[in-house]
Amino acid sequence: MALLQVDDLQTRFISRDLDNQVRVAKAINGVGFSLGRGEVLGLVGETGAGKSLTAQSMIGLLRPPAKVVDGLVEFDGRDLLSMDPGALNALRGNEIALVVQNPLTSLDPLTRIGDQLIRVHRAHRKVSVAQARERAIDMMAAVGIPAPERRMRAWPHELSGGMAQRVLIAMALINEPKLLIADEPTTGLDVTVQAQILDLLRDMVRRMDMAAIVITHDLGVVAHYCDRMAVMFAGAIVESGPVDSVFAGPAHPYTQALISATPERLALGSGAIVGGPPPDLYALPEGCHYRGRCPHAAEVCGSAPPDREIGAGQVARCHFAGNLPAAFQ
Amino acid sequence: MTEREAAPQVSAAAAPEPAVEPVLAAENLVKHFPADNGQVVHAVNGVSFSIRPGEVLGMVGESGSGKSTVGRMVLRLLKPTSGTVRFRGRDISALPERECRPLRADMSIVFQDPWGALNPRMKVSALIGEPLKLHTPLSSAERRRRVEELADRVHLSTAFLDRYTADLSGGQLQRVCIARAIATNPKLVVLDEPTSSLDLSVRAGILELLAELRDETQVAMLFISHDLGTVRLISDRIVVLYLGSIVEYAAAQEVFERPAHPYTQALISAHLPPDPRARLTRHVLEGEIPSPIDLPEGCPFAARCPVVQPRCGQEVPQMVPVGDDGHRAACLRIPEGGNQIPR
Repeated sequence: MALLQVDDLQTRFISRDLDNQVRVAKAINGVGFSLGRGEVLGLVGETGAGKSLTAQSMIGLLRPPAKVVDGLVEFDGRDLLSMDPGALNALRGNEIALVVQNPLTSLDPLTRIGDQLIRVHRAHRKVSVAQARERAIDMMAAVGIPAPERRMRAWPHELSGGMAQRVLIAMALINEPKLLIADEPTTGLDVTVQAQILDLLRDMVRRMDMAAIVITHDLGVVAHYCDRMAVMFAGAIVESGPVDSVFAGPAHPYTQALISATPERLALGSGAIVGGPPPDLYALPEGCHYRGRCPHAAEVCGSAPPDREIGAGQVARCHFAGNLPAAFQ
Repeated sequence: MTEREAAPQVSAAAAPEPAVEPVLAAENLVKHFPADNGQVVHAVNGVSFSIRPGEVLGMVGESGSGKSTVGRMVLRLLKPTSGTVRFRGRDISALPERECRPLRADMSIVFQDPWGALNPRMKVSALIGEPLKLHTPLSSAERRRRVEELADRVHLSTAFLDRYTADLSGGQLQRVCIARAIATNPKLVVLDEPTSSLDLSVRAGILELLAELRDETQVAMLFISHDLGTVRLISDRIVVLYLGSIVEYAAAQEVFERPAHPYTQALISAHLPPDPRARLTRHVLEGEIPSPIDLPEGCPFAARCPVVQPRCGQEVPQMVPVGDDGHRAACLRIPEGGNQIPR
């Protein structure tokens, strides 16, 4: 049984414009996936595709005007969407942990990092300060912070970006979560530090037998650190499957375009670049949302595309999936 | 890639030193900034390079390596502490502010964040027309024509000219910034992480545009980025910066195929190609780039170097030739062949 099961998740931004007319942005449109222990899922897509919003919707971190209007999120046999805020609070930071993109703004600037780790541990475990302190030092050592005992007394502003990200990972893992969500965990970091952090995350996921969701726009991270991937466009997963199969044979035109647009595959001057603005979430077109940018768009795309199974575990939401010319090679 | 190899500037990069006069020659550039308590930030410590017409020089390095400071010094947006900047043969490193101003028509910059670089209260047409207003005697009708021409050239619909920046996407705004930068037909454009804040497909379009402009106008470009994939794609030659010093300098292909400096090797090995089949032969460096306040003695990379020797902490390595096509690197261990890091 999967640890996490998400079905038909729908999130809307509901607001009123200047004329007091209700405006609805369809931000998440039927996202569904499942995740088992020890598995790392990469969630990719461009800005505004709904990657972070999917995570926030799942674990109840949305703020008005954003609202989950439909769907199912089942974590370890419990329905998260109907859970009351108190119970959800007891879950977050405990069984479900989140690592965000900007480590330095996620730490309390007025509290020494050791105290922040102790606080997170004691919020969910009935342990003494001394025990929590011991655990915090162990965690800091586990994430590769040198001289952890001394660093317990450091202030967040004294840390480099890479060190701060390690502290956040220590904080996320201190209560041994079952599910780790890492939202662009290495985006602001230098490549050599990125390698350290990603190795650490993968190592910890394996060692603690967690399930992990890595949200990223970097296909290199997905290719080398994830087992499965889900490609998002306009608030929906347009293709998902094992990383190897999706990279070897992307079946959705958007996935093809995304992989072709990486600098490593790009041939300047070929004129093969299919970019374009994201669709207007306030007025999504009927049928396939990628239609406006798709080089293969046809009449049939005016109707909602089916999820087509391409190969073992690989699914693409496109009328033509499996029948498109190969995008590259 | 095949078009690039056929382009003249690539073969020029492989030849020893061509007769073409460089647009820009930086010699021994140094920049110190004052810090608290009378300390000094050694941002750039003796950097030399040159760029020829129609050449794209890629400058890579981690944050804090001094990339942007170098970019600003060659444009005289910052005054070097010492060293010279020769722009079309003329030393501009000590020119008074006022005399720099006419130079701005011949050199320009595109920044990372197009949202922050453009005045939101000006229409796109006014933004693109601003450099023309400052540097050319064009009448307003002529200017409008030129602005339309520029919009066309950067593949921006002229329908956007009467809109404000809030109506444009990041990629479109970056096209506006590029149109501004090339409005006065400059000889040199510095691009400081121009695609880092853009999505993949948008980024590809901008790179395509830059390559196109380079081929059409023979403008020289200094392309600053921390993204190795992007730099490899667009650059003819590459310099690798670490802690304010150049550690390696070579043709783009050469840097990736035969990196000589241990830092370049580690940098390339840390890069994740977007292909799960690509085998990673990685050497993950420990630690992070040290503080530029207390510069280490000797080699700047010694503290993190996997093949460090005691003498690296004392002797400052000079650039030495690696191979015979202008490829050079600054590592004491190159002569004895001990510069290869373990994988």
